Amino acid sequence: MKGVVGSDSSFSGGVAVVLVVLVIDMDTIEVSNLNRQFLFRQSHVGQSKAKVARDAVLKFRPQMSITAHHANVKDPKFNVEFFKQFNVVLNGLDNLDARRHVNRLCLAADVPLVESGTTGFLGQVTVHVKGKTECYECQPKPAPKTYPVCTITSTPSKFVHCIVWAKDLLFAKLFGDRNQENDLNVRSSDAASSSDHAEDVFVRRKDEDIDPYGRRIYDHVFGYNIEVASSNEETWKNRNRPKPIYSADVMPENLTEQNGNVAKNCVVDTSSVSAMASLGLKNPQDTWTLLESSRIFLEALKLFFAKREKEIGNLSFDKDDQLAVEFVTAAANIRAASFGISLHSLFEAKGIAGNIVHAVATTNAIIAGLIVIEAIKVLLKDTDKYRMTYCLEHITKKMLLMPVEPYEPNKSCYVCSETPLSLEINTSRSKLRDFVEKIVKAKLGINFPLIMHGSNLLYEVGDDLDEVEVANYAANLEKVLSQLPSPVTNGTMLTVEDLQQELTCNINIKHREEFDEEKEPDGMLLSGWTQAPPAKDDKQSMNDKQSIGNGGDSSNALQTEPADAVKDGEMEEISEPSGKKRKLSEGSKASILDATDGTRNHKEVEKLDDDDDDDVVMFDDLDSMTNKKKRLQ
Amino acid sequence: MDGEELTEQETALYDRQIRVWGADAQRRLSKSHILVCGMKGTVAEFCKNIVLAGVGSLTLMDDRVVTEEAWSANFLIPPDENVYGGKTIAEVCCDSLKDFNPMVRVSVEKGDLSSLDGEFYDKFDVVVVSCCSVTTKKLINEKCRKLSKRVAFYTVDCRDSCGEIFVDLQNHKYSKQKIEETIECQLRYPSFEEAISVPWRALPRKASKLYFALRVLEQFEEAEGRSPGEISIADLPAVLKLKKELCEANALNASHVTDSLLERLIIGTREFTPVCAVVGGILGQEVIKAISCKGEPLKNFFFFDIMDGKGVVEDVSSPKKESK
Repeated sequence: MKGVVGSDSSFSGGVAVVLVVLVIDMDTIEVSNLNRQFLFRQSHVGQSKAKVARDAVLKFRPQMSITAHHANVKDPKFNVEFFKQFNVVLNGLDNLDARRHVNRLCLAADVPLVESGTTGFLGQVTVHVKGKTECYECQPKPAPKTYPVCTITSTPSKFVHCIVWAKDLLFAKLFGDRNQENDLNVRSSDAASSSDHAEDVFVRRKDEDIDPYGRRIYDHVFGYNIEVASSNEETWKNRNRPKPIYSADVMPENLTEQNGNVAKNCVVDTSSVSAMASLGLKNPQDTWTLLESSRIFLEALKLFFAKREKEIGNLSFDKDDQLAVEFVTAAANIRAASFGISLHSLFEAKGIAGNIVHAVATTNAIIAGLIVIEAIKVLLKDTDKYRMTYCLEHITKKMLLMPVEPYEPNKSCYVCSETPLSLEINTSRSKLRDFVEKIVKAKLGINFPLIMHGSNLLYEVGDDLDEVEVANYAANLEKVLSQLPSPVTNGTMLTVEDLQQELTCNINIKHREEFDEEKEPDGMLLSGWTQAPPAKDDKQSMNDKQSIGNGGDSSNALQTEPADAVKDGEMEEISEPSGKKRKLSEGSKASILDATDGTRNHKEVEKLDDDDDDDVVMFDDLDSMTNKKKRLQ
Repeated sequence: MDGEELTEQETALYDRQIRVWGADAQRRLSKSHILVCGMKGTVAEFCKNIVLAGVGSLTLMDDRVVTEEAWSANFLIPPDENVYGGKTIAEVCCDSLKDFNPMVRVSVEKGDLSSLDGEFYDKFDVVVVSCCSVTTKKLINEKCRKLSKRVAFYTVDCRDSCGEIFVDLQNHKYSKQKIEETIECQLRYPSFEEAISVPWRALPRKASKLYFALRVLEQFEEAEGRSPGEISIADLPAVLKLKKELCEANALNASHVTDSLLERLIIGTREFTPVCAVVGGILGQEVIKAISCKGEPLKNFFFFDIMDGKGVVEDVSSPKKESK
């Protein structure tokens, strides 16, 4: 919960209405929330947001009925029947997946949805009513940013690439699940890495002291691997070769003398264990040198083994894990130094690695007020007055708050208009599994699909399936489309459903023999559906630390840190009105979402995580609504 | 907060906003002192925002006793007589605000701001006034301008489902981002008196109607010796008459200031909480810009009206000075 609703949504005494509110939020309160989520206090850190918010609101509006659910809105118990209870749904979510999910449920339940988002000084509120306005998915939203594997493993050019390497490859390899596939030793020209050899290198040997182990790892990833990569002529023809870095060159002295004692047996609260503290580097805003980064790297590694050995093998990166952030920053910095990329401070690195969305109290307060205003219009069924309102950072046409009439539903939106899509695919070569993974789940966002060809069930997911069915479906997944029990060939119409979202999607299959390996690596082409462009990144150089305020994009003027190119979640929501068909013409601005697409050629590295912070706040109205005095006159 | 570096506590608490405006701006905020006079819902929202932002101190002035109207739109006042009984609005709000951020010094000052001297004003970097007469606004603004140090001056008022903010930053130097570079800029602001003296004809034809309507109401309340908002539907004929006179004096067509708008503002004297949140948020942002000297502040009036949903900036400056 962003602290967006709550006090900002309570009604003034003049309105004779009994409100029943239900809040859903799966998150607990963190210190970094407190700068804006004002219903929470320091003493609430660790507690459920939904519950504390409810208690706080009841203090100044004791007559309200508020139910708090400490739960994930995607939980199946929040089904269409559940949503039908409400007169309006207000979203304060910060990830695309949950928003799409709620959008579909609201459409199925025919409940108006007020959506919103903020990032720094930008914000927006939109209203979605089935049949009357666009649904949330009528306009494409950018997918989270991903990077080609080879950029991460071999040819980084931006600091963010180094972060991804340090976090998803090195950290995962050293401290995460050993059995997980890891591209750490993959080189672009050598897809087949000898995984056994890789295993040896990264695992600490039985009697190996921590210092030599640390240096060995250091030398392997920053020295040896770089030398090997550097030797490939083709890769470096048009690029600057990276420089291998060896610990002996950077830190000739014996580190145990430098770093001071770390008593292995002393019981320390793991949350306070810090390499920076050990080395006396106090300011997270300082940019470390290569030497400092190297020291932190070794010290952090040492501290993990000395103080948190039990966790090794199970750790996943958490931006609130100080030691993990220190390690990743250090590793990314050393790699950056190798590739001639600027080093960054811990503060900056943490923002990138943790996909931190910058946020202030004021924008959230403005958006909260606007959400309530729209909610009231919905409750009053004041259809003509519904607006999409944009909170701008810079005055445009004399406005800081710009309302725009909602657009009519997009006729080709497969979510709300049920227009059939077209899929070009090689039906003799592609398997059902490919279809499910790459189209149904990845593109359509249907995670629990039911796939039918006419009246024949090709595939479904569910708890109530018997063994025979499960076996059948598993077998179907491995069959090519034309070999399915109910063959899927050119001209076939497939129906894909999500029972929870009550979404039905029809797909016309067109057989095609050949696909371009570069442009269509999946061997499939879905049309009648607009692929959302990746989050804007490429124009902003991570190499220099100047503030980057491109007029139209969501990074803002007052920021001194480099624009965080990998923030998704919120960033993708802040789209300025694009000049599409609408009811009235207001001033329109070009969309900030450029379709910069040069990164789809290669196998994609895993996506960066969202900051999962799901919540939905809804108003429920009782019969007394009919007695309500009109407030806006 | 002494010394140049932000403390570990500050860095942890303010992490998300430091990512917006930088550590330097955060440091400046922590050294700034804000004075607020007249606390209704919008000002309560503003105070909440500025305390969360981490200013050095916030001083509250409002000696009025808590009434039902007060707590109905001011979320800092719990509707519990056991809590607010016997206290002034400022006192109750002070207790609530301290909770939001223990690092900010929140205190109450009793008395009449307009009677205090320059030495008092000199303690502050920002003065925000609300719920006061046009004469008082002018007076306080002048006191701010007399000091050698720059004291930023704001007025903020919400009636019914509309809100107005006035900004006077005198001579304000600031930096702003343009693509990849930082540009140093400067703005010159007229005083409140200068601004409202600008002939109505000099304003753009499409200037916000709220500007005119609020000036009419201001003048009416002043002439009748009313406190701000002390007005009812019975006054409508007199207000419309005054409107006609003012329009004539300004050589403006009377229909330029719509009767229905005036009527709306007269009937709805109470604040509407979502508007308080919006206007209090805008004001908060403006004050942060003024203190940090980063980002272009609005010049010099801001209007919000639920009816059209627009948040509009009007530059009401003397026609002789071209401010760029």
